[in-house]
Amino acid sequence: MAAAAGGERNGGGSDGAAQRRLRILSGHLHAPPGTQLSANPCRGRAATAPSAASQSRVFPKRRQEILKWNGWGYNDSKFIFNKKGHAEFTGKRYQIGGIVFPLLKEWLEKNLGGSLEHKITPRASLNISEIPPSIASEEFLQDLQMTKIPYSKEAESRVFRAHGHCLHEIFLLREGMFKRIPDVVVWPECHDDVVKIVELACKHSVCIIPYGGGTSVSSALECPPEEKRTIVSLDTSQMNRIHWIDEKNLTAHVEAGIAGQDLERQLGESGYCTGHEPDSMEFSTLGGWVATRASGMKKNIYGNIEDLVVHIKMVTPRGVIQKSCQGPRMSTGPDIHHFILGSEGTLGVVTEVTIKIRPIPEYQKYGSVVFPNFERGVACLREVAKQRCAPASIRLMDNEQFQFGHALKPQVASIFTSLLDGLKKFYITKFKGFDPNLLCVATLLFEGDREKVLQHEKQVYDIAAKFGGLAAGEDNGQRGYMLTFVIAYIRDMGLDYYIIGESFETSVPWDRVLDLCRNVKERIARECKEKGVQFPPFSACRVTQTYDAGACVYFYLGFNYRGLSDPMRVYEEIEMAAREEILANGGSLSHHHGVGKLRKHWLKESVSDVGFGMLKSVKQFVDPNNIFGNGNLL
Amino acid sequence: MAAAGAVARRRGPPVYSQKNITSKKKYDFEDILEERRKASDLRYAMKCYTPVVYKELSPCKPSAIKTVVLQSEQVQYVVRQLSKETGESPDIIQEEAAEILDEMGHSMHMGAIRFFAFTLSKIFKCLFRSICVNEDGMQKLQQAIQEHPVVLLPSHRSYIDFLLLSYVLYTYDLALPVIAAGIDFLGMKIVGELLRKSGAFFMRRTFGGNKLYWAVFAEYVKTVLKNGYAPVEFYLEGTRSRTAKTLNPKFGLLNIVMDPFLKREVFDIYLVPISISYERVLEESLYACELLGVPKPKESTSGLLKARKILSEDFGSIHVYFGQPLSLRTLASGRINRCPFNLFPRHIPQKPSEEVQEFVSEIAYKMELLQIENMVLSPWILVAVVLLQNLPAIELELLVEKTVWLKNVTQTFGGFLDWPDNLCANKAVRSALALHSNIVSLVNGQVVLNDKEMGPGAPEELVFKQALAILLCGSYRNQLLNIFVRPALVALALEITHSSRKEEIYSNFAFWRDVFSDEFIFFPGIPLKDFEEGCFLLTKCDAVQVTPQQVFVTEKGSVVISFLTAMFRPFVEGYQLICRYLSKEANEAFTEKQFIFGVRSFTSQLLEIGSTQCYEVLSSDMQKNALASLVRLGVVSRRKMNDGFTYSVNKETLNKIAGMLESRIPVRKPMAARL
Repeated sequence: MAAAAGGERNGGGSDGAAQRRLRILSGHLHAPPGTQLSANPCRGRAATAPSAASQSRVFPKRRQEILKWNGWGYNDSKFIFNKKGHAEFTGKRYQIGGIVFPLLKEWLEKNLGGSLEHKITPRASLNISEIPPSIASEEFLQDLQMTKIPYSKEAESRVFRAHGHCLHEIFLLREGMFKRIPDVVVWPECHDDVVKIVELACKHSVCIIPYGGGTSVSSALECPPEEKRTIVSLDTSQMNRIHWIDEKNLTAHVEAGIAGQDLERQLGESGYCTGHEPDSMEFSTLGGWVATRASGMKKNIYGNIEDLVVHIKMVTPRGVIQKSCQGPRMSTGPDIHHFILGSEGTLGVVTEVTIKIRPIPEYQKYGSVVFPNFERGVACLREVAKQRCAPASIRLMDNEQFQFGHALKPQVASIFTSLLDGLKKFYITKFKGFDPNLLCVATLLFEGDREKVLQHEKQVYDIAAKFGGLAAGEDNGQRGYMLTFVIAYIRDMGLDYYIIGESFETSVPWDRVLDLCRNVKERIARECKEKGVQFPPFSACRVTQTYDAGACVYFYLGFNYRGLSDPMRVYEEIEMAAREEILANGGSLSHHHGVGKLRKHWLKESVSDVGFGMLKSVKQFVDPNNIFGNGNLL
Repeated sequence: MAAAGAVARRRGPPVYSQKNITSKKKYDFEDILEERRKASDLRYAMKCYTPVVYKELSPCKPSAIKTVVLQSEQVQYVVRQLSKETGESPDIIQEEAAEILDEMGHSMHMGAIRFFAFTLSKIFKCLFRSICVNEDGMQKLQQAIQEHPVVLLPSHRSYIDFLLLSYVLYTYDLALPVIAAGIDFLGMKIVGELLRKSGAFFMRRTFGGNKLYWAVFAEYVKTVLKNGYAPVEFYLEGTRSRTAKTLNPKFGLLNIVMDPFLKREVFDIYLVPISISYERVLEESLYACELLGVPKPKESTSGLLKARKILSEDFGSIHVYFGQPLSLRTLASGRINRCPFNLFPRHIPQKPSEEVQEFVSEIAYKMELLQIENMVLSPWILVAVVLLQNLPAIELELLVEKTVWLKNVTQTFGGFLDWPDNLCANKAVRSALALHSNIVSLVNGQVVLNDKEMGPGAPEELVFKQALAILLCGSYRNQLLNIFVRPALVALALEITHSSRKEEIYSNFAFWRDVFSDEFIFFPGIPLKDFEEGCFLLTKCDAVQVTPQQVFVTEKGSVVISFLTAMFRPFVEGYQLICRYLSKEANEAFTEKQFIFGVRSFTSQLLEIGSTQCYEVLSSDMQKNALASLVRLGVVSRRKMNDGFTYSVNKETLNKIAGMLESRIPVRKPMAARL
């Protein structure tokens, strides 16, 4: 899922996920069986020494040491065009490192009017003189120092925490500077540290903005430019321990700053997983998931974050909020967890969470189905949802996205493979009469014990057959899932070639899925034309989650901005228009990215005046002085 | 007034275009009969016909559409619902639905279309001198058809409207529309089937209570539209206007065609206003008879054959103007709260919310106003206006002079005039008189109505003949009223207001506008805007001066003001007479039928003894409109009974309103003053 939310993005990580990805990637690699790749990202300490002590320092305080300051992901991992003009992925961190994608260039040229000749070379590093100076209150810092909690006023660290991964934020990093950034970054190491920080903030009237993985795509991390108080970025990354694992009740009590990949890896060592895999899971944190109401790829088995949490501890200006027991369900008035879930850092800091865990499944299998067109595909997913037999993950890519995925096919090693590909293509397009410009692909992931998986697989393929679907192999499935975690790296490359892109999502009742997809894409095309975008845009969609009563739909939008004087304004207007269209088609404001500041304009309309008032009054009670002043939601 | 202004602003874009586009428009017309007179009709009928289609069209046969409709969730829902209510088995109801669909559905067939292409070429060449079509409109339409589903909204003055329109579209190689036609056509043998095969689908005139019919019908129209299978065509006016005044719109079908967009089943829908103007309407005498109470003949094939004698007559030219396709999405932007649509399953029939009803009504009026704006006016219309103010006779020279004067006023008011510039005025008027020699004659240099042909008869017969001639003539004058109504009502208000205070004049204007809102088309709810438009046009021809507080009639303006007032006098007097009838005669509850009969005999007597000259009050159209207006004004109350509505008079309000209607209107010969 392209741009990550406060906790959405997929990546190589946990044993389960990493191994799965390894399988995907080795499929592309065609590496000799002897050269078995490690499933763990090569990240030194964490990968090599599974001791509790070293695990607690997965992400360094100076995140810029391993992560890009002006783009997605790790410093050493990115797409480039090599000397031959072929796209290639660098670094050894991911299994696609060093792999060449020969079709990507052509796709870029054909679909976006991109050209290798029109390249922007972004500045290599931050210009320190441009960075707004820290205006941190001295009294606050003195008190903070007394607590011995680590903090820093270093410019790079402050800039790093002034943004998420919205397009305009990344664009600004490359070409400008934020008006307002945090004045100080603090790294609490446990719940009590957070309590102390919040107390000090209240005492000195300081604004706190919690920071987890920094993968927000709702402008949630941006500092309100009009904020005159000291802004403290509270980075939870050092609170990343698993306190306990309760095998009797299958729960784990975890500090909220733990990143998804570390959580899954550490649980994996005991044979467990949470199964929560948002596309941003390499970086996004447990606390971030709670704060944004995150959704994971495999929610069909494990549930979304609200189904997974058993207990939450949050520090607010009024004190600590938590439930008194860990009963699996309660009828004790409105569930206070639901004030916390989706509060987007406006009420306090989530410090500890008890989360459900499951034994790691014995067997995993990818799959894919080709449909003659998107309509048939949606009908099939609807039927699968109706029969409640959705696999761990089932996603339906439209034709545009299928073609995009196709452009990410790695270089083929042998003539035999390319012949096989040719035959497959021939079978589908000529023999079965599928129009290559209409067909679409569903990608599947099954999980469980082997027998059940195979049984389940058959059931789903049988349903698919009723809708004209043809099984299209594991490879296509794997590549589909790969797309979601490399997309953000691809966006960074696009930015070098005047191509800007973003993704957004919604949820919508089943009967409106098709109309919504078609209308939103049409609206995007029309808006681009009206706003003077010189090249036809790339807009594609994907049904990524199925529910009993509807589906989650994910859109990619990208275009070439050559010839536009203010591409960001144009982009924002187009995304606004697309969101208006979504709402007019009965879609929701957001399925899992959250509202942040990007979409708060529509929140009142979405939840009614009274609903909005309820949220406001909760905020008023919990945080009357707006200590948690990131300005999200309300 | 301020409040009214606020309302007008809220409604956004101006409704009346105040630019003078007349001259520019004119030269874009192309006569499609010209080609037909030169080349083979047979070849034309057999030509390769490959219209452009909607970009997302998935081709299917009419029978496939029927299946889709019958299987649709919407129809299935109603079938189940009815089965529950009546205890009937769903299969039987489903069967019934299939029958309805068979009765209704079109089955477009190329053979029938080619047959029509051939025969209509022959017939049209006999009847008409030319069929002029604006080419730029055709190009825009062609573009529109490819982009989004299209709804064609023609004016309705004649039975041949829809044949003509299909003929024009065929000529231009455009997709033939699927047309909502009244079911009475089906009574015609062979012809009914032929019409069906040329794309007509038939709707019962009334199906208010029949849920199944409504569901099948609505779903059928929507399915055709949504799939972009063919443009959908229907008449906003609902029926042919017998008076040539644009009728107030009906909303049922418009509601149906807008629904797919409001529910976002399609991205957008284009609405295309089409104005068809006939220099001489085929059914002109039939209409006049009908208005005077001679019953309308039932549609039958033999009737059609009998009517063939008209083939030897000359009906002049036809102008078909295709307006700019309007995007419903653009029209709706910011107007409709989306929430209600999101909270209700789309396949369950739902009564449109007040907001939606208001929106639909605004669109309907907007489209009709566009039809009016693009209606081509022939010289004869101007002649008819002058003639009706100068009965019983007028000298030809004087007639020409006044007609030329009126031509200038009309052009100032933005009328879309088709004046033969190559002819001198005298010839133009003579040629208009010649074309309408069934209505007027030139006797010894005097132009007179043909109202005494049969020689002296019984007095009631004389009245009938006189009325017939006047209504016939009036149906042409009325075409000018459509565009003159705003300045004319300002003129009327100026005449009856004792001061020049704008506010008082406006309140009189608003009163008359309200009274006449069943007669003429006003955009709902913005009387102030209408007033300003009227003032603006009067200022444009130097008839008035408008200051922020006052409106003055200029010295030379009084001629215009009197002329405009005289133009509308028949309506004012007609309504006065009707009020008089009500206050004298109607003491008990009455039905519409009784009312019409009563007014007719009451006014006939007055006409016979010569105490009024207002023959037009005999028109059932005016009587019905007046009744509706009086109901709206609270003078008459309407009650629903088992067998229709009954009415009763509220004497107190009647006296009040009658008083206002009777306000002094000076009677003088307007033009005489000037000449």
